[in-house]
Parts: sequence; C-alpha cells; structure tokens
Amino acid sequence: MRKVAIIGVGNSKFGARQDVNLAELAFEAVKPAYGDAGITGKDIPFVALGSAGGWYEETLPAVVTAEYCGLTGAGLVHCEAACASGSAAFATAYLDVASGHNDVAIAIGVEKMREVDGPTILELIGRAGYYFWEFHNFGITFPAYYALHATAHMAKYGTTQEDLALVSVKNHKYAAMNPVAHFQREITVKDALESAVIAWPLKLYDCCPITDGASAVILASEEKVKEFKIDTPVWVAGLGYASGTANLTNRENYVGLTAARAAASRAFREAGVSPHDIEVATAHDCFTIAEIMAYEDIGFCKKGEGAKLIREGQTEVGGKIPVNVDGGLKAKGHPIGATGCSMMYELTRQLREEAEKRQRQVPLKKYLALAHNIGGTGHYGYVTILRR
Amino acid sequence: MATPLPTLKSRPLTLTYEIPISKTHKFWNGIKEGKIYTTKCKKCGKLSFPPVADCPTCLSSDAEWVELSNEAEIETFTYVAILPATFQKYEPYTIAIGKLKEGVRVLAWLKDVKLENTKVGMRVRLLPKVTSEGMLTMEFLPV
Repeated sequence: MRKVAIIGVGNSKFGARQDVNLAELAFEAVKPAYGDAGITGKDIPFVALGSAGGWYEETLPAVVTAEYCGLTGAGLVHCEAACASGSAAFATAYLDVASGHNDVAIAIGVEKMREVDGPTILELIGRAGYYFWEFHNFGITFPAYYALHATAHMAKYGTTQEDLALVSVKNHKYAAMNPVAHFQREITVKDALESAVIAWPLKLYDCCPITDGASAVILASEEKVKEFKIDTPVWVAGLGYASGTANLTNRENYVGLTAARAAASRAFREAGVSPHDIEVATAHDCFTIAEIMAYEDIGFCKKGEGAKLIREGQTEVGGKIPVNVDGGLKAKGHPIGATGCSMMYELTRQLREEAEKRQRQVPLKKYLALAHNIGGTGHYGYVTILRR
Repeated sequence: MATPLPTLKSRPLTLTYEIPISKTHKFWNGIKEGKIYTTKCKKCGKLSFPPVADCPTCLSSDAEWVELSNEAEIETFTYVAILPATFQKYEPYTIAIGKLKEGVRVLAWLKDVKLENTKVGMRVRLLPKVTSEGMLTMEFLPV
C-alpha cells in the first residue's frame, strides 16, 4: 500500500434543498473540490459514490451524478453502508489509489432526503436494521434504536437527559459558526429538555434533522501530489472498518457499539497513534447519546465516562479533544450518504487551519484528526485518521 | 414561510414484498398455538433467537425446534411517540429488549405498563399474540 493524500474537498450547503435535484446537489460539492485540487473531472479515473437512497427518484445515483459532474467514462461504483455510505465511498476511493490501481480518485457523498414526507422517511430509516424481525411487527424507528442505547447507558452509568442536552447545545453552538450547516442558531439546555419526545428518552433536540446535502473528497498518490503542486496535502494515516449484527437482540449490550471499537482499534494500529494524540474529531452524533458512546468507543475516555467529558467541556474548542466543532450531524445536518465525506471536508479544513469562523479552528501541534462514522445502529463502523 | 419552489411529482409506486417463511414456519405457526419456538443447532448446540435454519456459528443446517420459556428481564426500552408511516393508525408504543432465562434476547412491544413504571431489570412475561388484524407477533407483559 502506498501513501494517499486528500488534495481537494468540497461541500454543498446542507439543509432543506428543494431548489436542486440529486445530481445538481452533488455538483455543488464536486465543482469546489475540483477547484480546491486545481484539477477537473478529466484527471479522475475512478469515482466512488456514497448514498443510501430509497427516498429519491433515481435508482443509479452514481451514474446520474457522474454524468452531471463531467465524470462519465471513469470507473464507477455506488457504495452503501447506511449512514456511513460516505465513509465507505471514501475507503473505496482510498484503496483504489493506495493499491496503485489508479493515481487519482474521487469520493462523492450525496443524499436527497426531503422529497418524501416525514413519516415515510421515518419508516424507510426504521427498516434499516432488520425489517423482518424488528420492524415488521414492532415499527421500530431510528430514534428508537438509539433511545434503547440511551436508556441502557443511563441505567448503567448514570448518564442523564441533561448530559444529552449538553451535546445538542455544543453542536448547535458550532453549527451557528459554520456556513454549510443546516441550523444556524444556538439553543439552550432548557430548549432541549422541553422539546417534544420522539422516542423516550430522546427528544426533538436529541435527534439530527432530515437534511439534503453533498460532499466530495479527491484523493491522490504522492507522485500526483507533487505533479499537481498541492501545497497542503492531508494524508490518510489509518483506516478501520467493522460491522455489528443486523438484529439488535444479537448484541451483548446496549451501552456502546462493537463495530466502532473494532474500527477505531484498527485505525489507531494502522496510524501508529493513540486516542490521546488526536487533536480534533468528528463523531457520529445522529443522536446525542451516540456522541457520548463515541467518546468511549474511540477511547477519548473510559467506558461509562462519556458524560463527564461533555459536562467538563472537554470536547469544545480549547478542551482536551474538540469533537464535532462543525456542528456535527445534530446541527450541521445528516444527509446520510454525504456525512462520511463531509467529515473529511471538515477535518481537512481543520488540519489546513482554514476553518471558518476562526473561533471554531482547533489549535494544532501534532496535526492529527479522526473521523468516526457509523452506519445504522452500529451495523457498519468506519474510523479514519488523517494527518497533515 | 417562502412560497414553495416548483417540483414535479414522480409516478407513484406501491411496493409489497412476499417474504418466504418456509424455513421459519414453526415459529409463525407456534404463535397460533400459543407457543414461542426457536432453533437450537444440533451440531454445536447454539440456541438462536430469532430462529435460523442455518447455523452462523458452525454452518450446520441441522437445527431442532425448541420451545422458549416466557420468563424475561427487561434490558432496555423506549417509548416511541413519533411513529413511522405504516404505524400511523396505532397509539404510541413501548419497545423493549428482554433477556430470556435461556440467555437469548427478544425485541417486542411491552404492554400494560406506564412509562414511569418501566425499569431496566424488571421481570416480564413474553407471550405470543395473534392481533385483531391477524398479524402473528409476541409481546412482553408485566409479571
């Protein structure tokens, strides 16, 4: 395997994007990524597109997106790993370049989620576990899947609903400073605690919104980094992926995600670093409890101590390990297939010290960042470590 | 609210899948008999729930059907207030995961207990049920 760098990133505005269709939305991420790298679609022989789909009209999102973005002719694959589809596309593009099969590749994540109504999207995502055994008779929803983890975590470790609210307050605060974020406003603990119950103990402000969005990441070999005269390449230092059972009932406990722990351990081993070396992270906070479990599963703290990190403000800019200072899935938004690539967009900009506004730029010494992206309820786990 | 932007409505499509259950029919028939059956691998002895015709541990396809007890302990639960499209006609429901005394876990609705009285660790019974619509299911009830 050879060294691979991120040489260009782009991100559409996240939000309710009724003004664009799937391919038009992807274009808003792909064109800036070309500009960032200083290349065009003609320089890119391989495209991996991450999208979960089912809620928009196209069946072959990779094909329509590639045509619209001037990538027709390149090798093309559509990657599905539920909410980690973007990371699956990133991993596929990375492996294509790392293996030497191609010198340049692009990962595109795109999701158009708001073309169907709310109960339908809740239904389609709720079926993303095990339809036959868990949805058919019991109508489980995605908030409910994570609520089962919140209840278990609260019972075992004394995590409270206030702790969950703190995650939401932090992520809204940073989203308000991030121009691509879906939500551009701060909230209070009171707002969060008084919001409507979705799946107890999770309330409206514990849940990520339904968001449209796209993100793109261009990867290249060391030779191409030189040839294209890339001044600040961001290197892929470690990559780990793993999976968990489809049936939640075939898990040992509901206080963490085995797939996340396995993926993190592999990524750390590959990068030759430890959790304490990481200076900025994006964690998969589809629901507030998921961010607390992520702290523990990655190893930023011991199991059961996640709530302590958020209470102490250790995951804010200036804290021990800033997490989701782009607003996270909670407030930047979670266009399912785009999220993994959008994490790379954010971390690349952090590592290049380009985050806007400046209050959300994390101070760096080791220039090490980590992305934790989960598909389903720990059905897929992807952890990526980047180094400038 | 700004005026909605123009959109084009797609052709509507209704999908229904015919899901094969020949390999798990004992489980579905059992519900009608008032029993909950699952599979135990004859080769490696692994008890599975949900039932499986093929053992993911040792890959043997020689499974026997065994009846499960109804004694369970709640490991976690949630009260689902906002319901998905095909459950809109129901009242909000509580979903729980219970661990049976045999060691396997089951996910089902927990009925007849208020949210404020529902606790991790509470003992419940797991009972098969044929709903008024004829759906074959199971539910947890308080002891």
